[in-house]
Amino acid sequence: MLPILQIGPLAIQTPGLILLLGLWTGLYLSEKYAVKKDMDPGVLYHLVFWALISALIGARLSYIFEYSQAFIANPLSIISINPTLFNWWAGAACALIFSLWYGQRQNLDFWLTLDLLTPAFATLSLFIGIAHLASGNAFGSESNLPWTIELWGKRRHPTQIYEIISSVVVLGIVFGFINSKKPLSKGILFLMYLVLTSSSKLFLEAFRGDSQMIGDFRLAQWAAWLCLAVGLWFLGKRMIPGMIKDFNNENTQDQ
Amino acid sequence: MIQFSRKFWNILTFTILLTGFLWIRYTATHFGPGTNGKTPAPHQGFLAPDFTAQSLSGEEVSLSSLKGKPVLINLWASWCLPCRKEMPALEQIYQDYRGEGFTILAVNATNQDQIEKVNTFVKEYQLNFLILLDENGEITNAYQLSAFPTSFFISADGIIQEVVIGGPMSEALLRSRVEHLLEISKSEAP
Repeated sequence: MLPILQIGPLAIQTPGLILLLGLWTGLYLSEKYAVKKDMDPGVLYHLVFWALISALIGARLSYIFEYSQAFIANPLSIISINPTLFNWWAGAACALIFSLWYGQRQNLDFWLTLDLLTPAFATLSLFIGIAHLASGNAFGSESNLPWTIELWGKRRHPTQIYEIISSVVVLGIVFGFINSKKPLSKGILFLMYLVLTSSSKLFLEAFRGDSQMIGDFRLAQWAAWLCLAVGLWFLGKRMIPGMIKDFNNENTQDQ
Repeated sequence: MIQFSRKFWNILTFTILLTGFLWIRYTATHFGPGTNGKTPAPHQGFLAPDFTAQSLSGEEVSLSSLKGKPVLINLWASWCLPCRKEMPALEQIYQDYRGEGFTILAVNATNQDQIEKVNTFVKEYQLNFLILLDENGEITNAYQLSAFPTSFFISADGIIQEVVIGGPMSEALLRSRVEHLLEISKSEAP
């Protein structure tokens, strides 16, 4: 655990730094993939940049509405750079709505854009795991297994390590598909990533010690199950015609 | 061929989703939520580690004696610039919410500070909340202090609701968090 990186008088929040690094690395890899696909990488940068700006604005505005009395007393805090004055769920919703609107306005191909962003998503997932390890968040439930770690007063499942390992595997599979010589139908790469990530989330969430519960159930598991269902449904719809097309092409070439 | 592929995919999808559903059901009954609320640890969702320290005026104060009240523990030092900057906001919040049972324990890391400077600091900022002296670093160790200032927002049941590392915290941030603490405390009241 290394929540703070002390450089002289500067105390840098390590998890935030790791997330920024993850975003930068992910975007760099997505840009390279876009070039490989003969696409303009600038389109991705603009999309991500404006999505982030809309997320920040949406997250702050939502927080202001939630605690309006606090901001009426201190209006200058509206522009405070403090990262805890945000409602990140509202920010994510704003970024999603903005991205859909921007994509439609710029005539971006929906599935191709998601494919191009997949290296960024997969890389960011890995860095989120590393950020969790640095902060001690997303910790595991109590256990006596031999590989448990001492954290927050108990021996626990090293869920942050599980998260990193599963992200590395998913990242490896994503890059395996990217570097494969067989072309993929549009959307397959993203949907593969979605199915793999939601499967691992569904499985690993059970070992978390800080899950948000609804009754006896973990909310994140249901969300992952839903994402898995959506991913599998779209994957089936998009992959089966592609498989048949490839099969027919191969047969034609053989003749 | 088309029918076979679709059929195969449908069976595969159904099997994966059913396995996922069964895993959710199984882990709901066999993997419990744990004992976070009963284990003392300086992290969100855990019981705030108890301590006893002497205040600047000489009285002994323990955290457990404040159970039933929402508390903000602020770890600070007089030489820390962000600590200095957030003190007026802390005082203002204390004045505004003390009537509702809210308390601030400003724990000075006295083992990294000088008592004369602490006294001057408190007079300079006209602080009215409790200033506790952590003379041997026991509290900063128990709360795993990694940077000054660090603040722990604790609800009336003694559970840490949020940890803010670094500062200065704005008055709006403090106000919104304290209101949240008071809301939780009211909802938990019998």
